[in-house]
Amino acid sequence: MAHALIKGETGEWEIVIGMEVHAQVIANSKLFSGASTQFGAEPNSQVSLVDAAMPGMLPVLNAHVVEQAVRTGLGLNSKINNRSVFARKNYFYADLPQGYQISQFEDPIVGLGKIEIDLPDGTTKEIGITRLHLEQDAGKSMHDQHPSKSFVDLNRSGCALMEIVSEPDIRGPEEAAAYLSKLRMILRYLGTCDGNMDEGSMRADVNVSVRRPGGELGTRAEIKNVNSVKAVQMAIDYEVQRQIEILEDGGKIVQETRLWDPSRNETRSMRGKEDAHDYRYFPDPDLLPLVISNDYIEDIRKTLPELPDEKKHRFMNNFGLSLYDSSVLIAERPRADYYEAVANDRDAKLAANWVINELLGALNKDDKHITQSPITAEQLGGLITLISDNTISGKIAKDVFAEMYSSGKDAATIVDEKGLKQVTDTGAIEAVIDEVIAENPDNVAAYKGGKDKLFGFFVGQTMKKTGGKANPGIVNEILRKKLND
Amino acid sequence: MSIDKQTVLKVANLSRIEVTDKEAEDMVGKLDKIIGFVEQLSEVDTDDIEPLANVVDIDLRLRDDVVNDGNCQDKVLANAPDSIEGFYVVPKVVE
Repeated sequence: MAHALIKGETGEWEIVIGMEVHAQVIANSKLFSGASTQFGAEPNSQVSLVDAAMPGMLPVLNAHVVEQAVRTGLGLNSKINNRSVFARKNYFYADLPQGYQISQFEDPIVGLGKIEIDLPDGTTKEIGITRLHLEQDAGKSMHDQHPSKSFVDLNRSGCALMEIVSEPDIRGPEEAAAYLSKLRMILRYLGTCDGNMDEGSMRADVNVSVRRPGGELGTRAEIKNVNSVKAVQMAIDYEVQRQIEILEDGGKIVQETRLWDPSRNETRSMRGKEDAHDYRYFPDPDLLPLVISNDYIEDIRKTLPELPDEKKHRFMNNFGLSLYDSSVLIAERPRADYYEAVANDRDAKLAANWVINELLGALNKDDKHITQSPITAEQLGGLITLISDNTISGKIAKDVFAEMYSSGKDAATIVDEKGLKQVTDTGAIEAVIDEVIAENPDNVAAYKGGKDKLFGFFVGQTMKKTGGKANPGIVNEILRKKLND
Repeated sequence: MSIDKQTVLKVANLSRIEVTDKEAEDMVGKLDKIIGFVEQLSEVDTDDIEPLANVVDIDLRLRDDVVNDGNCQDKVLANAPDSIEGFYVVPKVVE
């Protein structure tokens, strides 16, 4: 895709974006303690003395979380570091009682990588991954329960987070949205994060700057609190306009943290954060460096599922699907699995059309997920088979589909019960056509007189008389022959 | 390296410790002495020497991902000055 340039008063501007995504790691227990990570429990019931930062408590690293981070790194085509170091990031988070966050700084567990994003215009682009590191999540505070007090729940405090940092390769709001969607898809395929942005298990910070095309990088603003793909796009649109206006008025961008306010659709400065970036990192003396072997990494690599982009390319190459259809089908693993079961030994393109246009359309209308589909993949496959072998026409198939969707019956059963089998007997069709012609002498005359459009009328009448069951190809052929005599 | 009053005030602020002007001035000399003492370490040539994480050669111990801790709301709230319905209650901390 051509770089999206924004036209200002004084010329064109290029948008430069890098993203930091925090993803909660799927694990039973926390990063450094044996307390549960389950969502929605009684406040402070999933807090150990380690999480509460009681004096003398020591962190012990969760082996499964390390495995999840390595798995994610491999899924992002990244270099896995054999040695990584946990460091203390010193800052007083209101709901992290240690007074520092255990994170990774100079030596993260995962280094450089890249992912492919799919853009709305049907092209793809590579976005570099700078790093992935492990760190502790903070707890949650509630400020609306009391006029002068805040309520603190530390259940989430100490849960494992992966912070995934991208290179500043993203060039506009659509690319940012595509990046976030693809990243979420990969994490879900890998089973390392559930990706639910509305529950806060995936959160994005967006670094935005503008520059003259090809010029020096501009000063960036970091936008926090953007918690949906749509909000990311809106926040970038707003921020880009704000920065261009300042620069074109001869002003300067201040490097700062800004908060996205979804109720006002604007970003605003978070004052009082001037010292926020003086974190005084140092290696955590409670934890030794984490050392992992190449064998360990290779063992995890062997357990990786087929990832979204591999699947997408396989669907395009083996099934002849378009990039768009493939992208829709791979969006979720259950959806891709469903499609493959339908396409199994059948017309793969026809199967893709039915899954995307009919099934996903119907499910979407009912606000249902593919896993809740009233039609199983085998049943939809059965319908495709009936279309492919000319037992029913595509038009009748839509009625059969609707019946399957509401009753859960097999396609073949419905076709039998309702006698919907396509009539391919040319003699029978010819007889019906003769009737139609005999009943409509005026239209026949008009057609022969040059009103070509009336052809459709005859097809319609024939279909009506056969209850839609006549094979449309045969009807067309016989009608043409008879009328053009 | 020498410490000035500005640095003392900055460090105090980062540590959320309230320090008066007078106290900050007193501290300049004290901190300077401490840093001077520690700075003796820089006399040792450490070029090409790997940083030492531990004096004994052991690897980081990991634990299995099992839930075997927590579920002790009473204990973690025991020292809190105030709590309501299982929450810590603190002075309002939002801008």
